[in-house]
Amino acid sequence: MSEPTGSGSDMAARLTPEARLEMARAFISAIPHAQALGMQLGTMAAGRAEISMPWDERLVGDPHTGVIHGGAVSALMDTCCGAAVICHPATPGGTATLDLRIDYMRPAVPGQRIRARAECYHVTRTVAFVRAWAHDDDDDRPVAAATGAFTLETLPANLEIPA
Amino acid sequence: MTRPKPEPVQVVKARRDGALRALVAGVPYIGFLGIEFERRGDELTAVLPYDAKLIGNPMLPALHGGVTAAFLEVTAIVELAWASLWEDLEKGRLTPDALAAGHLPRLPKTIDFTVDYLRSGLPRDAYARARINRSGRRYASVHVEAWQDNRARLFAQATGHFLMPGPDVSGPETVPEPGGK
Repeated sequence: MSEPTGSGSDMAARLTPEARLEMARAFISAIPHAQALGMQLGTMAAGRAEISMPWDERLVGDPHTGVIHGGAVSALMDTCCGAAVICHPATPGGTATLDLRIDYMRPAVPGQRIRARAECYHVTRTVAFVRAWAHDDDDDRPVAAATGAFTLETLPANLEIPA
Repeated sequence: MTRPKPEPVQVVKARRDGALRALVAGVPYIGFLGIEFERRGDELTAVLPYDAKLIGNPMLPALHGGVTAAFLEVTAIVELAWASLWEDLEKGRLTPDALAAGHLPRLPKTIDFTVDYLRSGLPRDAYARARINRSGRRYASVHVEAWQDNRARLFAQATGHFLMPGPDVSGPETVPEPGGK
C-alpha cells in the first residue's frame, strides 16, 4: 500500500481515452521489477490488461521440476491487476495493492510463457476490485487465478509520463 | 549413569547452517530476488536486501507488490521445508553434505496465498518471519509477517495454504519432469 503521491487536479480525467491508455502503457513499461522479470505488455483496454512473462531458469522455484516459483507468478498477477486498474476510465490513474489472493491450480509447464489477463470489474470512489487469470500454452486449464482490492490514487498534476 | 556428551557447538552450528545454506541455494528464484536467511536455533528470519530491480513504483519509490508477495511466499516455503527436515537433520538421518550434493527434500507446493499490504514497501531492506499455524500430513497453514524499520510496524502480512510433499501426494497435478528425476 502506498501514500498518495501528491495533490493536484485529476490529471487522468482530462485525458482522451487513447491518451489514457498510452499513459497506462508508459507507466507499466517503466516498472523496474516488471522489466527484471521480462514482462511484456499485451492488449490494454478500458479496465482490462494482458501481460506475459517468459519462462526463465533464474525464476525456477522447484529445482526438481523446473517450475517457475509462485512468487514470480504473483508479481505478474499483481502487475497485470494494477494495469487493469490504471486503464479503467473511472479511476484517477494511480493505484497500489491493498490485498491480493492467488490460487495456484497447477504448475506452469517449464519452458512456456505465462500469460496473465486481468479485469477491473468494479470501481468505487476509493477502491478498485480486480480478478485475474494466468495461463501457459494451454488455454483451457488456468495455471493460477487472482482476486484483489486496489487503492485509487490521484496522480500529481505535474507528473511526467515516462517515455 | 552416563549421558552422551553434548556435541561441540561449532559442530551443531556447522550442521544447521550447512543444511540451511543448501536448502536455500537449491532454489534459483531465491537467489534472483537476493533473499538471505538468518538462523537462531531453529528460528529463521528472511532478509530481502534492497535492490533497484525490486522497485514497482519509481515515483514514490516503493517495492513492487509482487516482490513483497514473493518475499513472503519464499519465507513461508523455506520455513515449512526447514521445519520438516529439522528432525532428520538433528537425528543424523540427513547430512548437510547430502543436501549440498543435491539430495534436497521436495518442497511444499503453494495452494493459495493471500497478501495484506499494510503500508508502502520502502526502498530499503525488508525482513520476514513465518509461523506454521498447522502442519498436517498433507496440508499446512502458514502466516508470515514482514517489516522494515520497526518490528511492530508490519508493512505486509500473508496467510497461505500449502500441500506437503509425500509419497502419496505429488501436487494438485504433476508435470513431466525434464531430465528425469
